[in-house]
Amino acid sequence: MDYDRALELFEPVLGFEVHVELNTRTKMFSDAPNFFGGEPNTNVTPVDLGLPGTLPVVNEKAIHYSISLGLALGCSIRPSSRFARKNYFYPDLAKNYQISQYDEPIAYDGNVEVELSDGRLFQISIERAHMEEDAGKLTHVGGSTGRIQGAEYSLVDYNRAGVPLVEIVTNIIYGADRDAPELAKAYVSTIRDIVRSLGISDAKMERGNLRCDANISLRSRQSVADALAAGDPPPLGTRTETKNVNSLRSVERSIRYEIQRQAAILDAGGTIIQETRHWHEDTGVTSAGRPKSDADDYRYFPEPDLLPVEPSLELIESLRAALPEAPAIRRRRLREAWGFTELEFQDVVNSGLLVEIEETTAAGASPAQARKWWTGEIARLANAASVDASSLVSSIHVSELIGLIEAGELTDRLARQALEGVVAGEGSPIEVVASRGLAVVSDDGALIAAIDEALAAQPDVLEKIRDGKVQAAGAVIGAVMKAMKGTADAARVRELVLERAQQ
Amino acid sequence: MITNDVVAHLANLSRIALTPEEIEKLTGELGVILDAINKVQEVATADVPATSHPIPLVNVFRPDVIGDTLSAEEALSGAPEHDGSRFKVSAILGEEQ
Repeated sequence: MDYDRALELFEPVLGFEVHVELNTRTKMFSDAPNFFGGEPNTNVTPVDLGLPGTLPVVNEKAIHYSISLGLALGCSIRPSSRFARKNYFYPDLAKNYQISQYDEPIAYDGNVEVELSDGRLFQISIERAHMEEDAGKLTHVGGSTGRIQGAEYSLVDYNRAGVPLVEIVTNIIYGADRDAPELAKAYVSTIRDIVRSLGISDAKMERGNLRCDANISLRSRQSVADALAAGDPPPLGTRTETKNVNSLRSVERSIRYEIQRQAAILDAGGTIIQETRHWHEDTGVTSAGRPKSDADDYRYFPEPDLLPVEPSLELIESLRAALPEAPAIRRRRLREAWGFTELEFQDVVNSGLLVEIEETTAAGASPAQARKWWTGEIARLANAASVDASSLVSSIHVSELIGLIEAGELTDRLARQALEGVVAGEGSPIEVVASRGLAVVSDDGALIAAIDEALAAQPDVLEKIRDGKVQAAGAVIGAVMKAMKGTADAARVRELVLERAQQ
Repeated sequence: MITNDVVAHLANLSRIALTPEEIEKLTGELGVILDAINKVQEVATADVPATSHPIPLVNVFRPDVIGDTLSAEEALSGAPEHDGSRFKVSAILGEEQ
């Protein structure tokens, strides 16, 4: 159904569960390296494999990170919290349960302020942030196209099993209305900025460091009006939970899609099935996953292998004192420091590139150049590849590229080619410039030869320049730049053209 | 209240195959256990906090320092099936939690 029509008929109600992988050195309950990737089943200990007789021991750093995150989300920190077993049979964890937290999460009752593209602020209430362990990685083999249905067997890599996670759960979000997709993106982007400024997660969505499960339901505006008229609380619709959303832009697109899908079903008199839905980045749709069933009975109980966590007030206050500034204050400070216009700055925030530009300027680039490249060429390449800009190139490399431009070693055009090379994995900008031979021609001899040729080819222009009509030189400069295939520095060419014209 | 249905449900969740006779027997036994626990709860007043651990310790942590890991060969040594680097399990109907 058309988005506008869907919003006329229905009110969207949202809820998010964001999983953040902490970047501690070791796992949550074992001293195996917290490093996913590399040879399968090498970053594992007997604890991660759930072997009999093993005992988990809590990583103190992960507790500190979780408390810091809880505080940054405006949460209260529970004086005594416990771990719990979430029991389920699935081979992504070898123990047949996941160690999580249930009724005593370490952090609860928070609030996150989110800014929409037009500058409006939206308060998102946080129900809880709890600690748990990540699961292993399954690869389904055989059957139809490697999807779960029809798979003949699955291969399991436990390198990720036991990686520390914090799951942030919002309260139900009302009132987002037609901004729901944008709000979802802005919320996840804000969480990403918070964990990155805390330095507690790499927060790369494409690598699964940050994962968003989006719950959404619709209720008809008529039903809300009827309930309010009768003095009853408006009923909630049946929700779906969309998973596999691996970029900020997908967060926005998937919510929009799900609103339209549910609206079409409800408007046709159908019912929404409470189920998990999988987002498909390539086709831009969600498909039905596992319906909620009897098996969703996790029989939580307190984890007998672990003791309660009771952070002292001194610890909590020292972590609070070390918190980075709040996102809203940070945005205000950066806007002033960078000297961007309101519009330019909003553009940066909406593109989710605040951290990238901050890092790029910290590495030495000017804010204006950093903004130009991130929101320009890099965003364009990212858009074409349907990924987030931050996943294409590192801030260090962008800063290096800008350094080369500012040193006069690259023109913008050459810099774009160098960027392509960096994105293609050919190395750092300096390496790409060397391997592709992209450096600006600073050898005046080659330039002068091209200029003399261009001047000879356009005697009328030469006359005008000699008569003092300097702006006429543009035609010659253009011809020279073309002849040099963009490897010349336009300012130097202009200087030389004016010089040669007088000889 | 433990009934045959509850036991059958738990058996299913735990992937344990029980015969109707076993379900009947366990329903009785689990009922006796539950009754005993209910008896204990009668003396647990509001000022007695729930306990999950018999030893009164809190905050047992380890430093964030990397230790020894298993090799893939060691990790897989007890697995009924593997492909040389990963555990091989039968196809699972259902999805990650």
